[in-house]
Amino acid sequence: MHLKWIDYFIIGVYCVFVLGVGITLKRFMRTSLDFFLSGRRIAAWVTGLAFISANLGALELMGMAASGAQYGMLTSHFYWVGAIPAMIFVGLFMMPFYYGSRARSVPEYLRLRFDEKTRGFNALTFAVMTVLASGINLYAMALVFRLMLGWSIHATILLSAVVVLVYTFLGGLTSSIYNEVLQFFLIVFGVMPLAYFSVVEAGGWNGLVARLPAGFTHTWANLGSASANTMGVGWFSLVAGLGFVLSFGYWCTDFLVVQRAMAARDMAAAQKTPLIAALPKMFIPFLIIVPGMAAWAILPHGNFLVNGSVDYNLALPLLLARYYPAGMLGVGITALLASFMSGMAGNVTAFNTVWTYDIYHAYIRRGAPDAHYLAMGRIATVGGVLISIATAYLALQFHNIMDYLQLIFSFVNAPLFATFLLGMFWKRATPNGAFFGLVGGTAAATGHWLATQSGWIVYASQMAANFSRAIWAWAACFALTIAVSFFTVPRPEAELAGLVYGLTERPRHSELPWLRRPEALALLAAALVVVLNWAYR
Amino acid sequence: MSDAESQLDVRWPIGLLFGVIGFVVAAYGLLVPPEAALPASAENLDRDWGLVMLLFGLLMIWGGWTAGRRRR
Repeated sequence: MHLKWIDYFIIGVYCVFVLGVGITLKRFMRTSLDFFLSGRRIAAWVTGLAFISANLGALELMGMAASGAQYGMLTSHFYWVGAIPAMIFVGLFMMPFYYGSRARSVPEYLRLRFDEKTRGFNALTFAVMTVLASGINLYAMALVFRLMLGWSIHATILLSAVVVLVYTFLGGLTSSIYNEVLQFFLIVFGVMPLAYFSVVEAGGWNGLVARLPAGFTHTWANLGSASANTMGVGWFSLVAGLGFVLSFGYWCTDFLVVQRAMAARDMAAAQKTPLIAALPKMFIPFLIIVPGMAAWAILPHGNFLVNGSVDYNLALPLLLARYYPAGMLGVGITALLASFMSGMAGNVTAFNTVWTYDIYHAYIRRGAPDAHYLAMGRIATVGGVLISIATAYLALQFHNIMDYLQLIFSFVNAPLFATFLLGMFWKRATPNGAFFGLVGGTAAATGHWLATQSGWIVYASQMAANFSRAIWAWAACFALTIAVSFFTVPRPEAELAGLVYGLTERPRHSELPWLRRPEALALLAAALVVVLNWAYR
Repeated sequence: MSDAESQLDVRWPIGLLFGVIGFVVAAYGLLVPPEAALPASAENLDRDWGLVMLLFGLLMIWGGWTAGRRRR
């Protein structure tokens, strides 16, 4: 694939714009709250689109198109089962505690609800996980651009890291959120014609069904047993592992996404953030997965070969080369670049907040003036980007680091969701219960991983093993937290107001007409996702 | 509304970016006709989709402008 001057010009215009947003916003960053949480005054539709865009990173665009080519419509479970229910839950039931407690981060909520050691454990694991994810994002981007366009890996890593650094350093979370919204529209407009042309060329949906292997266009029909589908997962493992533990663990507790809702201007806007995000999110399979399927249906499979083996990651680049002339190719490449940058910026802004509030302020320097923490936030932004670059180079050396990252996610997020579920909905959960439950859940995930590595437990696929590990880690944390809580002292109820269900007044939003309340949006999202699951069953 | 949001409505950067990119791509499509139609692609995708992006950009600018007027 060769770019012409017009394509480079479009990429250049995009870079100038994202940097311009950062430069324009710099003068409004007066306090640490402005920098880390956008002064908590952003409109719901903006935080909602940022919520979805921060997640629409490196692995999403390329990876989901690749999974579409490899597994077909089964991949949409990552959206219709593995995202939307959790997004509705966090908006309706968890946001009142996150936003209402005025916590500035997810680990800080854990300190308010439980104690310092639980916060410390979560802050450290999250900080490490976040910079690793950010580096992997950079690495994946550099690899894609070398593969597609022959760009130098070093130049790509440095150029994108510098652009992300400049706009997050200057404009903090607001700049990251604004650029995420910009990137969301770029991704939609950059990929939409691909989706259209590829499906038309395949002969529409019926043509796709005829060209692809049997079952490729169904989501539920072949989930009766793990051996009946290409993913090697059964319906229970899918619903409990992906739909419950992994999905709720990510969307409900990962500060990378929750931070966007915390920046909303009021409680209703915070609750609506994941609900607004759920609406476009559920249609992304048609933008990414279906074109991946179409690529597999219409292109000779020899086009997917790299060094003699099939590389499904080529699905999206192959479509770009097939349908886009110079000009639109620049828009498509810019959309990819935007998705990588928004993923990285999301990680960097979450890292600088957790580092500054939950590690630096909590353990290194307390009681300094606000300006000091604002400066520390900027230093942490530089530090986060530098560590990301280092991780990207580490990933270059060790290709399986991506697998380890997925592993760390299942270790950290799966048990954490049990801690939050009990912390928010069971006032008897104690600080020691939460801490030992969290540590025990992480240990259970480690034990399960060792058992699968040594061949003691065998699964039909790596994905089935991931889902199962998540279920075990969650169950261990859940059971251990309850058991330890019964033998240890809970915090007095007076200290838990605003943090736990039953001791917190539920937001009614009676000032809003019913149709503009979070409940109405949640109903709409739930109804639509049921219809989609049914239509493509 | 925050200082940042009242001074820089996010619709402005979105509108301007899409306005510029849409205009450039559409103009390129009009001035440099595609050498050969790509398989199953539109006859002149740059022109058509460039205009769609330009229209979206203008809509966003209009939204940002009217919201700014309401705030004042």
